[in-house]
Amino acid sequence: MLDFPRWKVIFLWLITIVAAASALPSVVDVAGYRWPAGIPEPKVNLGLDLAGGSHLMLEADPAQVRTQRIEGMEESVRNKLRQMSQPVRISDISNNNGALSFLVDDPGKIDAVREAVLPLTNGAGLTGKRDWTISVVDGNRFVLAPTQEGIDQAVSQAMETAVEVVRKRIDALGTKEPTIIRSGSNRIVVQVPGLQDPQALKNLLGQTAKLEFKLVDQNANPTDVAQGIAPPGDEIVPFAEAKAGAPAAKLAVKRLGGIRGDELTNATLSNDPQTNAATVSITFNTDGGAKFAKLTAANVGKPFAIILDGKVLSAPNIHEAILGGSAAISGNFTTDSASQLAISLRSGALPVDLKVVEERTVGPDLGADSIRKGMIAMGVGTLALAVFILVTYGRFGVYACCALVLNVFMILGIMGLIGTTLTLPGIAGFVLTIGAAVDANVLIYERIREERHRGRRVVQAVEVGYKEATRAIFDANFTNIIAAVLMGWFGSGPVKGFAVVLIIGIATSVFTAVVMTRMWVAQWLRRARPADLHL
Amino acid sequence: MKLLKLVPDHTNIHFLKWRVPFYLGSLLLIAASWGLVMTRGLNLGVDFVGGQMVRVTFERSAEAPVGVLRDEVTKLGYGEPILQRFGKPNEVSIRMKLPAGADKDPSLSDKMARTITAAVKANHADARIDGVDSVSGKVSKELGWSAFYALGLAAIFVAAYIWVRFEWQFGVGALLSLVHDVSLTLGMFALTQLEFDLNIVAALLTLIGYSLNDTIVVYDRIRENLKKYRKMPIPELLDLSVNETLARTIVTSLSMLITLVALLLLGPAVIFGFTAAITLGIFIGTYSSIYMAAPILIWLKVSSKSFVPGEADSPAKA
Repeated sequence: MLDFPRWKVIFLWLITIVAAASALPSVVDVAGYRWPAGIPEPKVNLGLDLAGGSHLMLEADPAQVRTQRIEGMEESVRNKLRQMSQPVRISDISNNNGALSFLVDDPGKIDAVREAVLPLTNGAGLTGKRDWTISVVDGNRFVLAPTQEGIDQAVSQAMETAVEVVRKRIDALGTKEPTIIRSGSNRIVVQVPGLQDPQALKNLLGQTAKLEFKLVDQNANPTDVAQGIAPPGDEIVPFAEAKAGAPAAKLAVKRLGGIRGDELTNATLSNDPQTNAATVSITFNTDGGAKFAKLTAANVGKPFAIILDGKVLSAPNIHEAILGGSAAISGNFTTDSASQLAISLRSGALPVDLKVVEERTVGPDLGADSIRKGMIAMGVGTLALAVFILVTYGRFGVYACCALVLNVFMILGIMGLIGTTLTLPGIAGFVLTIGAAVDANVLIYERIREERHRGRRVVQAVEVGYKEATRAIFDANFTNIIAAVLMGWFGSGPVKGFAVVLIIGIATSVFTAVVMTRMWVAQWLRRARPADLHL
Repeated sequence: MKLLKLVPDHTNIHFLKWRVPFYLGSLLLIAASWGLVMTRGLNLGVDFVGGQMVRVTFERSAEAPVGVLRDEVTKLGYGEPILQRFGKPNEVSIRMKLPAGADKDPSLSDKMARTITAAVKANHADARIDGVDSVSGKVSKELGWSAFYALGLAAIFVAAYIWVRFEWQFGVGALLSLVHDVSLTLGMFALTQLEFDLNIVAALLTLIGYSLNDTIVVYDRIRENLKKYRKMPIPELLDLSVNETLARTIVTSLSMLITLVALLLLGPAVIFGFTAAITLGIFIGTYSSIYMAAPILIWLKVSSKSFVPGEADSPAKA
């Protein structure tokens, strides 16, 4: 136990020095100096609660994804059946209780329809299930219901896209080092250090930016429209802002045959040359441009609605076919809201609406204050502890204190190396770990004392002391790890930061307090060959 | 230089002589703690009940104008705020329920936060807004449940580990002293009405790990002595084990308390409750390692047989 060959000594010191040296960049940083360029800089990141900034949790509604999927399926089914060599007529197509249902007019075509529709469904997940179930009820009514697996998969894909869109939008704001991660099945956590007023961010992320161009149904009965009753094949869309004196705050538009604004290559803030009002200029990609040209060419003289997130921005008449692939959108924009819309359109529409369900903002002064106080508390605590251990254990106390200091540096160093985040409770975890690290030494030294009292000789007492105490040290630390791991699983942000510090601290403290002190004690025993221990 | 010895070398205190009254006392305290939690309730933060919390520091005032603030915020028409000082007297948190319909339309809660912070800033020139937390009802419910699961699982896993490493009686003893430590800490939070938030749950989880440290040391010694003194009556053996490890128990708890008290007195105000919970728990844990964890072994009939190879129904540990 007390035999430390040279290679082992070198190895142990190497680990210690590498880990502890990695703490230097963090220490230099906290002390307010700059780390020289060119040298690797593993640094502990400060959590939002220390650095100040905003934390937002955004949530998507899976029910919305379900509705979208049903709408998408309706369009696919219509197209598919229209393109068949012998087109099949269907009717009474509707979204009924979360499933798409339609009647096949000719009952003899049931099998043909089934053949046609089946390829529209896909496998979902690993269980071999499909994303839709197809059933026929009452002889000729098809019911296509999305399966849970299919919905889950769609939600997952939507969230992946949403994370990308969110990232692009935040980057466009020019904020530094945002963290954007998915959380759970339908949430995204956004953390932006240093951002004090998340309002602009929330506006930007709250805008789905789903742009649609749809034809206005001029034959719709105005009273029905005002009451929200849609003629067949139409949908009622409200205006974004009710204009004073305008009779209809709602508009009936054709549900199908419109264009979605996701086929854009660019969107910029511009000004209307006549009124100087803020507008957004959009440029379609080749595909979108062609569709837009076709739509406008076929409907010259008729009004079409520009719809953003389910609200009509404007419904101008098409004066002539727009063939250039670009257009300007006007609405009641301010310069800010227009440039925000431009950013949103450039980054693409969010596949689902995102709602803020949790929001935390921390001011910058609070964090700085906390770090300062945490440092002071840690310094005073460590010092008091060191004095206590020194007067209790003498020479052995010196070893324990050396281990303690090494431990602090190693925790910081490892945190820097694996790039973890120091949070406010993390500081407490640090202090706690320091107190607990000494525990191991206490257990060992008390055991050595005991063995000496029982009459064992010095070397043997030390050897037995380390051996017997290690068992309890291991058990105690293992229970700490269990609790810390559960904490990491349960906690978010600050609490997770605390758990990480605890886990790293438990590992390093066992290393420094057990392994390193044993090496020092062994070296001393060999060098000094004491007849008695002053312990 | 003479070294400090807090505990004399050969103590022989009959701790377990008083085990019945102490045990009854502890059980009573657990019951009282739960009684307090039920009747007075915990001062749950927005993490668990949802709502909005604005933290304000009044930089040039000795004390936050709580009464004035309450009137000002109430006048805004969002209902009565809960105002609470934390840390220094000039630091205060303003808690509000989220306005009706905020779950559907988050801009309503935004508007409330803006109105409140604007009003506070306008009326008090030295007010510094330190943070705004807004948690929806749905999220807070989830946080509450996951906290509950995490605490329960941690206690069960830890007890199971002790069972595997020692014997089932020890696992029960560990679980019981955990229940004791966590209950009393909760009771303290009900009594003082310190705010109970996510951080406190983290503190309780920490406690589940650390308050057992002393217990494990005592248990480890009991196991050792059970193998060594096979004929010794159990109460006597437990007393011996507790006495032999007394110095360890006291010194390790003290060394943790030294750093924790430093953090409590000098550390950041925001984590005062958090530190208080851990400090209290470590303190209680020291007591419970002697009076909760050990006596139960007598009643659960631990004997040397549990650890002697050949005679035992489970293999002995090294």
